[in-house]
Amino acid sequence: MDISKDKLLEMYRTMQKIRHFESKARDLAMAAELPGFVHVSIGEEASATGVCAALRKTDRITSNHRGHGHLIAKGGRLDRMMAEIFGKRTGYCKGKGGSMHIVDYSLGILGANGIVGAGLPIATGSALGAVIAGKDDVTVAFFGDGASNEGTFHESLNLAAVWKLPVVFVCENNGFGEFTPMATVTSVKDIAVRAKAYDIPGHIVDGNDVLEVFRYTSEAVARARAGEGPTLLECKTYRWEGHVVGEQAFLGDGSYREQSEVEEWKRKCPLIRFEKWCAESGKISSAELNKIIAETEKELADAVEFARSSELPAPSEVTDDVYA
Amino acid sequence: MPQISFIQAINQAIAEEMERDPLTFLMGEDVVLGAFGATKGLIDKFGAKRVRNTPISEAGFVGAAVGAAMAGTRPICEVEFASFFYCAFDQICNQAAKLRYMSGGQATMPITFRAVFGAMGGAAAQHSETVYAQFLSVPGLKLVVPSGASDMKGLLKSAIRDNNPVIVFEHGALGWSREDVPQGEHLVPLGKAAVKRPGDNVTVVAIGAMVGKAMSVADKLEQEKISVEVIDPRTLIPLDENAILASVEKTNRIVIADEGHLRGGAAADIAAIVADKGFDFLDAPVRRVTSLDVPIPFSPPLEKAAIADEARIEAAIRDVVGR
Repeated sequence: MDISKDKLLEMYRTMQKIRHFESKARDLAMAAELPGFVHVSIGEEASATGVCAALRKTDRITSNHRGHGHLIAKGGRLDRMMAEIFGKRTGYCKGKGGSMHIVDYSLGILGANGIVGAGLPIATGSALGAVIAGKDDVTVAFFGDGASNEGTFHESLNLAAVWKLPVVFVCENNGFGEFTPMATVTSVKDIAVRAKAYDIPGHIVDGNDVLEVFRYTSEAVARARAGEGPTLLECKTYRWEGHVVGEQAFLGDGSYREQSEVEEWKRKCPLIRFEKWCAESGKISSAELNKIIAETEKELADAVEFARSSELPAPSEVTDDVYA
Repeated sequence: MPQISFIQAINQAIAEEMERDPLTFLMGEDVVLGAFGATKGLIDKFGAKRVRNTPISEAGFVGAAVGAAMAGTRPICEVEFASFFYCAFDQICNQAAKLRYMSGGQATMPITFRAVFGAMGGAAAQHSETVYAQFLSVPGLKLVVPSGASDMKGLLKSAIRDNNPVIVFEHGALGWSREDVPQGEHLVPLGKAAVKRPGDNVTVVAIGAMVGKAMSVADKLEQEKISVEVIDPRTLIPLDENAILASVEKTNRIVIADEGHLRGGAAADIAAIVADKGFDFLDAPVRRVTSLDVPIPFSPPLEKAAIADEARIEAAIRDVVGR
């Protein structure tokens, strides 16, 4: 597959944005500047980026509790996302959603979701809506390995398969459901094999290789758009940080993974991997990449400034938007 | 005005609304055949794209209705029996009800959920429960409980046009009851109670199938010059508090008749509202006539013992009128 230089640069920029945004969110949460829970996906940037790079603006996604990356990859603005996780009225959800629930309808972001597995039926229904409305938009459901044990995973794959709906199920397998290693609670080694049970294609993808993710997703999206039904992609990846920022405070000594494992995955960093590929293929110079990093740093600093200086919602807004 | 059944009223409402709007569609368990006859024949009119049998997987297809609504369509989603909502609680309570609020007003959820509820003669606990109380504490939903064919049609049409998730509870025992029902554009607004019968001595707020029972008790007591005002709230969310309070201000007494359970139920909610906002109107305690706090049993005499009936409504009325 021939990928244009613009597309490659866009993917790199997206991965840098995710890395910068989440590193900052982690630091702000640790400094107690943010309310609530913050889950970051540092180390998993390639899957969110590669998947969304294969989508159009009118395609839709559903996301999960670890959703910043998906949202940024689908075009979410750093300033309005940052304002939302600060709980400010300038945030995407006027401060009513927070980190786990950011929505931007204009970008087809139907929402991160605080309930594990809840986004799969919603994505399936979004794909059904496209069919009813006679549009060829595709919907992607992002979820983790933990969600693949939820009933909603199985019900959604079955429903999407029988109705041949234009949906792509993307499992980001990072090896842990909260603090529990996947192998101890999941009957299969690879989530992708579960596709067999629903007679749809299932592929294991290197989730740290943005180009491979992009290629597999492009195929699945083309299949969905052509009315051939859903695909299950399993992106194997890893989160460098904990399940939730600040978990050390309540886990204490209760470590659930070896530090050597974390270090091993850090050596597989998707950004460094892409940078190496750029150097080896000669397609993009390091000067071009560095320019993107500098621009991202500026964009993030502006986003934090925007969020900090934005107003908090007024208490009187508490009853707004319950009903349409 | 032609007399049609409760079930035919449902069919008419859905057909008319699907005719009106090509983005309105029907999905659910056995809707093609029409398990109770309510959706019978709609596939012939609207085709397989817009009339869809779902697998028996409530969380999956209820969630799909949520997603379809977010994609700009208007699903009518049937869950055969209301007790099956329990299988889809997350998708209704955490998703459909909350996503508009959590998205800061971006999401709209024009979904109509429909389900049969209530005791209908030996269906036992998992097919007979009155489950709307479970949704009363979930902000973001609207709850509709029609008591007859005419309201059924008018309320269902309003529900389908509403931009919020609305659950329409269809009492199984009312299925073949018949009423005069206006043809074509007949809309009953959500949030407006009906005074089914004016009276002076006591207000009976009756919900769903209890309306018919309250009316027959009122007929009987009229012989003894006890004048009963029967109010059907028609929708529990939004609730027409003003109509209830205005009636209590006139009669100074209230009995609430509901097929739901006593504990934490719709009757409890209405009683609390009257105690809170209408205390000065009252000349007698607020009485609730509900089903017992037991799962609805199978055997006919047990089922009868569990469910609120005319005798208990009458006793409650005599109690408050005698004070």
